[in-house]
Amino acid sequence: MQIIVCVKQVPDAKDVRLDPKTNTLAREGVESIMNPYDRHALEEAVAIKEQVGGAVTVLTMGPPQAEAVLREAISCGADDGVLVSDRGFAGADTWATSYTLAQAVQSIGPCDLVLCGKQAIDGDTAQVGPGLAQRLQVPFVTCVQKTRSVSKEAIEVERMMDDGYDVVRLPLPALMTVVKDINEPRVASLKGKMKAKKTKIRTLSAEDIGADPQCIGLAGSPTQVVKVFSPEPRGDRRVFAGSVEEQVEQLIECLKPYL
Amino acid sequence: MLIIDCDLCTACGICEGNCAFGAISVQDDCAVVNESCTLCGACVESCPVEALRIEVAEKRTQDNLDDYKGILVFAEYRHGTVAPVSFELLGIGRKLADQRQVDLSVILLGGKVGGYSEALIAAGADRVLLAEHTDLEQFREDVYAAVLERVISESKPEVVLAGATAIGRSVIPYVATALNAGLTADCTRLEIRESDGMLLQTRPAFGGNIMATIECPHTRPQMATVRPKVMAPAEPDPTRKGEVVALNVAEYVPASKLEVIETVVNDEDQVNIQEVEALVAGGRGLDSAKGFSLLRELADELSGTVAASRAAVDSGWIPYPHQVGQTGKTVNPKLYIACGISGAVQHAVGMQSAEVIVAINRDKAAPIFDLATYGIVGDLYEVVPQLIRKIQEVKK
Ligand SMILES: Cc1cc2nc3c(=O)[nH]c(=O)nc-3n(C[C@H](O)[C@H](O)[C@H](O)COP(=O)(O)OP(=O)(O)OC[C@H]3O[C@@H](n4cnc5c(N)ncnc54)[C@H](O)[C@@H]3O)c2cc1C
Ligand SMILES: Nc1ncnc2c1ncn2[C@@H]1O[C@H](COP(=O)(O)O)[C@@H](O)[C@H]1O
Repeated sequence: MQIIVCVKQVPDAKDVRLDPKTNTLAREGVESIMNPYDRHALEEAVAIKEQVGGAVTVLTMGPPQAEAVLREAISCGADDGVLVSDRGFAGADTWATSYTLAQAVQSIGPCDLVLCGKQAIDGDTAQVGPGLAQRLQVPFVTCVQKTRSVSKEAIEVERMMDDGYDVVRLPLPALMTVVKDINEPRVASLKGKMKAKKTKIRTLSAEDIGADPQCIGLAGSPTQVVKVFSPEPRGDRRVFAGSVEEQVEQLIECLKPYL
Repeated sequence: MLIIDCDLCTACGICEGNCAFGAISVQDDCAVVNESCTLCGACVESCPVEALRIEVAEKRTQDNLDDYKGILVFAEYRHGTVAPVSFELLGIGRKLADQRQVDLSVILLGGKVGGYSEALIAAGADRVLLAEHTDLEQFREDVYAAVLERVISESKPEVVLAGATAIGRSVIPYVATALNAGLTADCTRLEIRESDGMLLQTRPAFGGNIMATIECPHTRPQMATVRPKVMAPAEPDPTRKGEVVALNVAEYVPASKLEVIETVVNDEDQVNIQEVEALVAGGRGLDSAKGFSLLRELADELSGTVAASRAAVDSGWIPYPHQVGQTGKTVNPKLYIACGISGAVQHAVGMQSAEVIVAINRDKAAPIFDLATYGIVGDLYEVVPQLIRKIQEVKK
């Protein structure tokens, strides 16, 4: 079974803070990491490969340094990595990203299963997976929390809903996005790390994947960011003082309308 | 490409501080951009001397933008009810439609769902598009997408709104891609720009640390998903008039490739934290799963239920459906009592629109106190039992 996992390098969002006074982003020490959800997608792909055989290719679109996440993925069980990188990809929204990834998937070759994380933590959009399925014209489900069974023909999964889950069977080739509950990602093995060092990462440009310049990057993106600003602070507030008992007393007075 | 005009640049470094990707830095007397640049535009915004601008290769554009008119809401139906978010979407949809002086339509997919038409009209719709078919009884991405794609390309609305729910976040990105339309996820504010009628879509990014306003200047429809509980539904008006159109979906519902074998509704989720007026939320400060029994007691006194921060969910003290925040649910209760929660932005974005927020935290510097209407500095294991006792006294 040929499996492709889409992984994205993202800034560690929890470290990105906005300084409320200067309205600037404090990104001191913000590291680039593999998108946490993609780690689970990778683990699931490797587990499926171990069960039914085949190969796992990790794919990323990003700047040259995004190669790091591909090597990391290889150290955790992927067989090889493909980096699609081109100045022209900068500024891609999810529409242009799914176009680019689809072109890349098609240039990599036949594939039975594409796995994505549920969402990337820099934008939290969760749109690239479904978009990619549309472009590849394959059936898909999102937010998979468990793979029940896999065969050459089909995959049966539990897909999370707002009020529970659905058990869904879909024929291969197919695409799915995964949530964190699906598995516990393994840590890199020593052997894996050695392999990651040695493996040659294939790099593809926009031209290599036959991308239409009008469909990639900022030019191909229907959405445009027009303003970035910090969330508004809340007004009126009161922190009580005194002993716990006194504070509780004061709070109860204020809460009376809600009791 | 990001263009930096070194004649204008004063090397002040503000752009450097504003770049979330570390892509721009001041070297010698001018800013320099590297390959990590995603052209997000944050630096352009921040530059006090307008030394930065973004230049784009020729944009892909659509030439019949004016053919698109009206607002369309995707109403969600599952397990015998229309999801509350559908009414919230009609609330904001009505406002946008009035501003644009166009019609508000709503599409409802399901087996037999015509009975909900009146409620949708009362909530603000001018037109209900009914897609009734046995193959639409269950949510399956491919059949839902096919119907939506067809209806949108035929009716050509300028704006399409859907809930940022499990269903909406799955099928809508597929439809938007198929239609070559821009889609903005998880919007918290939607408004029309008066000068040109453009839809301005505001959403949190970077886990809520920053807000971004997004538009789709060159394509139609403009599509957005909206999180439940962010917009207010309109007061239902049973005298409103509207038209009900039965779509002939039998003609184009494709055979689905997906087979839903089983649908499981979790008991744990029976209490939806989004539907409750009082929430008592616990975080890492509880220190153990047992803390939630104490919070449950308080919640019972308030006829509410318990919620949690991600730290508490990740520790396994309470299941995920109780999580509030960026990666959990957005809640909008009358009363939100945060116990042992620091108030990280990712938590705050999910609860800051509560009417009254009470924070109980022993660290008086915790950011939760910046959000809280009322704050008590103290150990929650001391405060909460006293609070329960006092409430019981007051109620007597
Ligand atoms: C992309 C992303 C998405 C995220 N999404 C979410 C989300 O959806 N929801 C969410 O909640 N978080 C989310 N987070 C995590 C968030 O950044 C915080 O890490 C998390 O909210 C912290 O939870 P906490 O406040 O319970 O724990 P902490 O930050 O550890 O705070 C515990 C607090 O308890 C206080 N305390 C300790 N003991 C006591 C006591 N006995 N009495 C009183 N006070 C006490 C401490 O002073 C402290 O302020 C996300 C993070 C990222 C990066
Ligand atoms: N630039 C990218 N390169 C590879 N995969 C990506 C990229 N962007 C998004 N993805 C995949 O799509 C998923 C959803 O991302 P998003 O829609 O941006 O939230 C991620 O978890 C990845 O699996």
